[in-house]
Amino acid sequence: MRHDHLITSKHLTREDVEAVLDRAAEIDADPDAVAGKHEGTILGLLFFEPSTRTKMSFETAMKRLGGDVVDMGSVESSSVKKGETLADTVRVIEGYADAIVVRHPSQGSAKMASEFVDVPLINAGDGAGHHPTQTLLDLYTIRENAGLDDLSIGIMGDLKYGRTVHSLAYALSNFDAHQHFVSPESLQLPREVVYDLHQEGASVREHESLEEVLDSLDVLYVTRIQRERFPDENEYQRIAGEYQIDLETLEGASDDLTVMHPLPRVDEIAPEIDDTDHAAYFEQAHNGVPVRMALLDRLLEGGVSR
Amino acid sequence: MSDNHDDDHDHELRVSKIRNGTVIDHVRGGQALNVLAILGIDGSQDEEVSVGINVPSDRLARKDIVKVEGRELSQEEVDVLSLIAPDATINIVRDYEVASKHRVERPEEVEGVLTCPNATCITTENEPVTSRFDVLEDGVRCSYCETIVRDEIADLIDSS
Repeated sequence: MRHDHLITSKHLTREDVEAVLDRAAEIDADPDAVAGKHEGTILGLLFFEPSTRTKMSFETAMKRLGGDVVDMGSVESSSVKKGETLADTVRVIEGYADAIVVRHPSQGSAKMASEFVDVPLINAGDGAGHHPTQTLLDLYTIRENAGLDDLSIGIMGDLKYGRTVHSLAYALSNFDAHQHFVSPESLQLPREVVYDLHQEGASVREHESLEEVLDSLDVLYVTRIQRERFPDENEYQRIAGEYQIDLETLEGASDDLTVMHPLPRVDEIAPEIDDTDHAAYFEQAHNGVPVRMALLDRLLEGGVSR
Repeated sequence: MSDNHDDDHDHELRVSKIRNGTVIDHVRGGQALNVLAILGIDGSQDEEVSVGINVPSDRLARKDIVKVEGRELSQEEVDVLSLIAPDATINIVRDYEVASKHRVERPEEVEGVLTCPNATCITTENEPVTSRFDVLEDGVRCSYCETIVRDEIADLIDSS
């Protein structure tokens, strides 16, 4: 069994992260240097949940490296609809592809799937669990805008179900980062994640109001509060409204504050922020391609990942 | 006046002696049925089992005792018992004599014994995967979805 899968950011070391980010920076600066490098390589895309950015950026990354993709398509049009297990699906696709990307609504799905295949498997989101490749592009964006050490970052919104938040928090524990988690009480970080962060000795504080920390932040990472999590529409409206930002909200922030969002946004960030120097969320999405190119390059060459 | 050993021994006699098999003693009061569940004993087979529940004990105040005739527990089974009966002692009995006696030890992980309480964990779906939990100092943690359970481990025992 090979072990060059990427299932969680939890076990990534600082060296692992920096190696991918450095490679991404090289590729970003000179994409032609790797054009065609992995000609003939096939990447299998298994998305059991809708995805635009993650799926398309993986597809773009593979094609820019000279390879191609095979795509399961929507769940409705696949054999999953007939009741096929994930374990069977990945074992079949392993015969078609040199590496596999899986997004699935169940926590632990990527880890389980990786136990059934002998090609690199990348977790592109497992329920409320992890989303390590999003984390790598988040870190790349943070490094470009604010640096990764002596960093004060606010992570706001749905911290309970937000897999990008969990993965980012784990990875940041490798760096000299002060993490401020801002959310309503009902959407706080899972206790498991807090337990792990404390075990790692990470600097972690939890808040209910952004005002408590805004002026100290270098980065504000905003996530969507999902309407479907609330049985009561009024409760959703009341809470969601408190975790939206606009120009007025940012009046108390540093001029250098970088605002990020893993996208898609709904109304968490007012469009008026898009044209300010704060906005880094489109740049963040664009970074998905060079970062995933760097990651695929390393995994396909047998580079160490977790 | 009796010493502690004699007191415990006296109460233990409330459940009949066995000839060959295992006596699980010093199980925390009320956990005996969970011990049976872990061992897969549900009365549907021919096992001969004696159980004492909430008998007085000097060491635990109240303890349970389980005696299984004709079966010596494997180390793996004993290790799993430690999750709900960390103070238990295991006596292997041969021809009415205690052939060996030892305390349980907590394993690093347990497999196929507990069901993950997280309804969105992949192990709760129709996948060919066996549940696996890492054993923490104060609980267990699903190796797949990472959910931590501290207080209600017995509720997770897979009795299917």
